[in-house]
Amino acid sequence: MASTAIPVEREHYLNTDYGIRSWLFTTDHKRIALLYLVTITVFFFIGGFFALLIRLELLTPAGDLVLADTYNKLFTMHGQVMIFFFLIPSIPAVLGNFLVPMMVGAKDLAFPRINLLSWYLLVAAGIVMLHTIITGGVDSGWTFYTPFSTAFSNTKVIEAGLAIFIAGFSSILTGLNFVVTIHRMRAPGLTWSRLPLFIWAHYATSIIQLLGTPVLAITLLLVVFERAFHLGIFDPTRGGDPLLFQHLFWFYSHPAVYIMILPAMGVVAEIIPCFSRKRIFGYSAVAMSSIAIAVFGFLVWAHHMFVAGISLYSAMIFSILSYLVAVPSAIKVFNWTATMYKGSIHFDTPMLYAMGFIGLFTMGGLTGLFLAALGIDVHVTDTYFVIAHFHYIMVGGAVMGYLGGLHFWWPKISGRLYPEWLGKFAALTVFLGFNLTFFPQFILGYLGMPRRYWEYPPEFQVLNVLSTAGSTILAVGYVLPMIYFLWSMRYGKIADANPWGAAGLEWKTASPPPTDNFREIPEVSWEAYNYDEIPAPAEVPVGR
Amino acid sequence: MSEPILSTKLYVGIWATLICLTVITASVAFVDLGPFNTVVALVIATLKALLVVLFFMHVKYASEKLTKMVIIATLFWLLILLFLSLADYGTRAMTRT
Repeated sequence: MASTAIPVEREHYLNTDYGIRSWLFTTDHKRIALLYLVTITVFFFIGGFFALLIRLELLTPAGDLVLADTYNKLFTMHGQVMIFFFLIPSIPAVLGNFLVPMMVGAKDLAFPRINLLSWYLLVAAGIVMLHTIITGGVDSGWTFYTPFSTAFSNTKVIEAGLAIFIAGFSSILTGLNFVVTIHRMRAPGLTWSRLPLFIWAHYATSIIQLLGTPVLAITLLLVVFERAFHLGIFDPTRGGDPLLFQHLFWFYSHPAVYIMILPAMGVVAEIIPCFSRKRIFGYSAVAMSSIAIAVFGFLVWAHHMFVAGISLYSAMIFSILSYLVAVPSAIKVFNWTATMYKGSIHFDTPMLYAMGFIGLFTMGGLTGLFLAALGIDVHVTDTYFVIAHFHYIMVGGAVMGYLGGLHFWWPKISGRLYPEWLGKFAALTVFLGFNLTFFPQFILGYLGMPRRYWEYPPEFQVLNVLSTAGSTILAVGYVLPMIYFLWSMRYGKIADANPWGAAGLEWKTASPPPTDNFREIPEVSWEAYNYDEIPAPAEVPVGR
Repeated sequence: MSEPILSTKLYVGIWATLICLTVITASVAFVDLGPFNTVVALVIATLKALLVVLFFMHVKYASEKLTKMVIIATLFWLLILLFLSLADYGTRAMTRT
C-alpha cells in the first residue's frame, strides 16, 4: 500500500506504509526497534511502579503500607521486570537494532525475520510475566535462589521462570543477528579498525548474550523441573547442591550486568567525541576494552557467593579476578575523559547524560571493588550498600546511557528535534533525583540496614526519607522525556540529516532514513570519529 | 543456503544411534557402577551431543571461519564454567579441615 503521493526523496521508513499490519509484519530493523521501544517503555513503567511502592513502604520504619509477603513480591517483580524486560533489551534491541545496520552501512540486519521473531518472543514472555503479576505474583527474589524457590515458595515461580526462559531466547536471537551482521555486512572499506565504538560494544554484548543466556535458560528449566517433578538437582535432601544453582545462575547473571552496561558505554563513546569535537582518545584501547570486559566478565561470578559457603580458596581466586574487570572499565573512563581534554565541549542534552554516566558509573564501579574485597564484602553482603552499588551501575550507568542515546539519535529516529531546554532540565532532574535516591543507600548499607525487609529500626528513617524523596524526583525526570518525545513527533522542529555535525554512517543518510537506509551503498575511506574533518553544525540545532 | 550435503541414510543412521545410546543410558542406570555411575552417563551424553553437533548441525562439513570460531568459543566458555566451578568444589574439603 505504498503511497504514491510522496516523492521518492521524501519517502522514509515511517511513511512508506501505514496501518497496524505494516508494523506487526515488518522486517525493517528500524520499525522493529520502535516496536521494542514501545514494549520496553511499558515494562519500564510497570517496574518503576513497583519501585515507587517499595520506596513508599520504606518511608516509615513500620511495615504499614503493604504486608511483608506483598513486599517480597514487589521487590522480586521490580527486579525481574526491570532486568529481563527493560534493561537487557533496552539499548541493544532499541538503539542497537536501529543503528547497527546503519553504522555498518547495511540495508538491514543479517536475518530480518529472526529479528521480528525476537520481538514476538519478548512480547510472549512479557504476556506470561504480566499474567504472573496479575494472578498473584512471585516472591523468590529476582535471583530464584534454591531451595526457597523450589521447595518453599508458594507463589508463581514456575510461570515467572518460564517467562524469563522465553525472554532469554529473544536476547539470544538479537545477539546472533548482531554478530553475523557485524562480521558479514560491513560496507566496502569499513574495516574492523574503522568501526564505530558503538559497534564494538554491541559485538562484545552479543558474545555475552550468545554464550551466557543458554546457561540461564537451562538453570531456570532445572528449577522448574525440581519444583514440578521433585528432581534432586539443587535440593540437598534429595542429593542436590544449592550452591550449584548459584554457580549456574551467576555464570549468566553477572555477565548480564555487562549486557546492560557495555551498550551504554558504546553510546557514551559516540556522544563524547561528537560534543567535544575531537577524535576519541585511544580508539583501539576503548574497542579492545569492550571485548576484555565481555571475557573477564565471565570469570568473576562467584563474588556474589562469598558468604554462601564456597571454599575460601575459590573465594580468593574470584576476588582477584573481580579486580581484573576494573582495568578495562577504567581504561574506558580515562579515555573518555582524555577525549574531552582540550576539546570544544558543548553541553547539549546527550552530553549531559554522557557526563552523568561517567560520574555515576565510576562511583558504581569503585564501590564494586569494595564488594570484590573479601573482608568488606562479608560486612556489607545483603545490605543496602549492594543495592546502591548495582543501581549506580544499572540505573546510573545503563539507564543514563539509554536516555543519552535516545536523545542523541532521536532526530535520526523521528526526524524531529525535541525541546532542548526541557531535555537539559530532565537530564539534570534525573541526575539529582538519582543521587538523592541511591547515595543515602550506600550509608544505610554501611550502617547495616539489610536488603529485602519491609520494616527497619527507626534510626534509619532520615536516610530512607531522603531516598524516597529522591525516587519521586527521579520519576519526574523519567516521565518528562516520554512526554516531550511524543510531543516532538508532531510539533518538534524538523531535523536535517546531521543536526549535531556527528561522524558515522548513520548521519550520512536522511532523517528519518529511507527503508533501505542508504540510497546507495556507502564506501568508507576515512577513520572513525574524524571530527577534525567535520565542521561543527553552523546552524545551532536546538537552541544551544 | 547451501543444499543438504548428507544423505537421508546417514541422518536415519545417526538418529538410530542416538536412540540406542538413550536406551543404553537408561539400562546402565539400573546397574550400580559405584563412582562410575556419573562418568558413564556423562560419556554417553557427550557422545550424543557430539553426534548432533557434527552431523545434524553440519559442523563436520562447515568451512566457514565464523562457524568454527563460534564452536571454539563455545567450548572455551564451557571450560570456564566447569573449571572455575571446580575451583570451588575441588577445594571445599581443604577449607573445612
